Amino acid sequence: MALEPQDVQRAAHLARLGLDETEANRYVDDLTRILKMVDQLQAVDTDGVAPLAHPLDATQRLRADEVTETDQRERFQQNAPAVESGLYLVPRVVE
Amino acid sequence: MHDMTLTELARALEAGEFTSRQLTESLLARIERLDGELNSFISVTAEQALAAADAADAARARGEAGPLTGLPLALKDIFCTQDVKTSCGSKMLDNFVAPYDAHVVEKLKAAGTVSLGKTNMDEFAMGSSNENSHYGPVKNPWDLAAVPGGSSGGSAAAVAAGLVPAALGTDTGGSIRQPAAFCGITGLKPTYGRVSRYGMVAYASSLDQGGPMARTAEDCALLLSAIAGHDLRDSTSVARGVPDYRAELGASLSGLKIGLPKEYFGDGLDPAVETAIREAVKVYESLGATVQEVSLPHTHHAIPAYYVIAPAEASSNLSRFDGVRFGHRCDAPTDLEDLYKRSRAEGFGDEVKRRILIGTHTLSEGFFDAYYKKAQQVRRLIRQDFMDAFEEVDVLMGPSTPTPAFDLGANKDPVSMYLQDIYTIAINLAGIPGISVPAGNIDGRPVGLQILGPHFAESQLLNVAHQFQQVTDWHQQRPAFGKENA
Repeated sequence: MALEPQDVQRAAHLARLGLDETEANRYVDDLTRILKMVDQLQAVDTDGVAPLAHPLDATQRLRADEVTETDQRERFQQNAPAVESGLYLVPRVVE
Repeated sequence: MHDMTLTELARALEAGEFTSRQLTESLLARIERLDGELNSFISVTAEQALAAADAADAARARGEAGPLTGLPLALKDIFCTQDVKTSCGSKMLDNFVAPYDAHVVEKLKAAGTVSLGKTNMDEFAMGSSNENSHYGPVKNPWDLAAVPGGSSGGSAAAVAAGLVPAALGTDTGGSIRQPAAFCGITGLKPTYGRVSRYGMVAYASSLDQGGPMARTAEDCALLLSAIAGHDLRDSTSVARGVPDYRAELGASLSGLKIGLPKEYFGDGLDPAVETAIREAVKVYESLGATVQEVSLPHTHHAIPAYYVIAPAEASSNLSRFDGVRFGHRCDAPTDLEDLYKRSRAEGFGDEVKRRILIGTHTLSEGFFDAYYKKAQQVRRLIRQDFMDAFEEVDVLMGPSTPTPAFDLGANKDPVSMYLQDIYTIAINLAGIPGISVPAGNIDGRPVGLQILGPHFAESQLLNVAHQFQQVTDWHQQRPAFGKENA
């Protein structure tokens, strides 16, 4: 299927990826050709075939509902751009 | 020292021919001299390496050395390493110093290895040429005009150039085997779940798998024994005992049944590569193996299926890089949405953005069933092809790549680039193991033979590769690059 610039902008918005008009236009052709390649899959008969999400066809196991990690917040927050009182600081959303 | 395998280095350390510190200093000096041209390292951790080497020498002096004690290696910059930058080849993580070690890094440290640094890679492991790194392209030591392959190209180039005897890579669609083939080294992608992904920056979680890259299958066996095993912190890690892979390398190949998938020898395969692969298969026949043609009928659907599944998973995994908690943050954002959008736009490169956009589009309302569900159904058919083939034969063989390494900058079209992984991608979709071994050389650029086995057949694959390396010398050939700087 052929994509339009607005399709690329829609995906970019969903992915919270900033793209200006020039960039969106640049991706239209690439993405259209990739999707054209992907469209070959429609020719495969998959009636009655269950999707395979795990390559070993394994079921995701559950672990016991117990605390396994110790609190290392201060250490981990050393990587954050800005923190205050144990919280991550981001731009104000509601004035 | 730089020409020796891990196994040879271990023997020399044991015999006291040199210390781990002397070995480490020698390789660090070689990296200093040569890597400016090669660009195979993102970070060289000389201070930590020398401290680890001293600790290894002390352990040896106390009689506490294991098989890997004091041996140097490098880690693809996708593995989190405590107090060392883990960039994943991206501007997004250029300032990220991991506060913990990946499971495999913990295991290698516990085994007494000496990490010399973190190797260059395609950004977030997306690419087949190592031209997508924020830190610039890596060059192939066999021909500096050629790519080393991706995404573990830094690891492959560093081993091929004799900067380290071994390195860890990761393989989501061929990213260990393809650069191993292009650089003339041995690279193993283990069975999915064999090696923990804890602390390995995620690209496509149902496909990613870490594994060893070295000069020989024997060295890969040594490393795999150290890094494989169950890890409770990775829910996809498989609870299964780890053999001593190196101890299982002696089996005869008499009676081995080899399958040649007819789909791996069709259009698009360089005739010179085909000749090299068929010559390699003849070597196996001389060792007592039998050969028959088999079919993997859904092979040509592997790349389309992969380019739905992998970007879909990538779009989800990479959503965590939002400029809030760690990584790149844009300057002076006006609000939270602006923070997300500009941080991600500035932090990610072109190929990563392309795959995020494809993944987000195919997962979005109205497209999910047509793309994602369909691709996962085709994935089951691809897996079944392999299961059916392994009912008939013990292993499959074919080329690792359709051509030898191509020139830097020669492959600008993304779809053409994706087709470079035509022989490697299906293996990740099916979760089976695969190994690439050097098996030829065309105009100075190496050729890789790919050997595939059923799930958890690593012992057999390593032995099949090892036996080939007992009677051929492709793995002993070295590029001219760096020889004058020995």
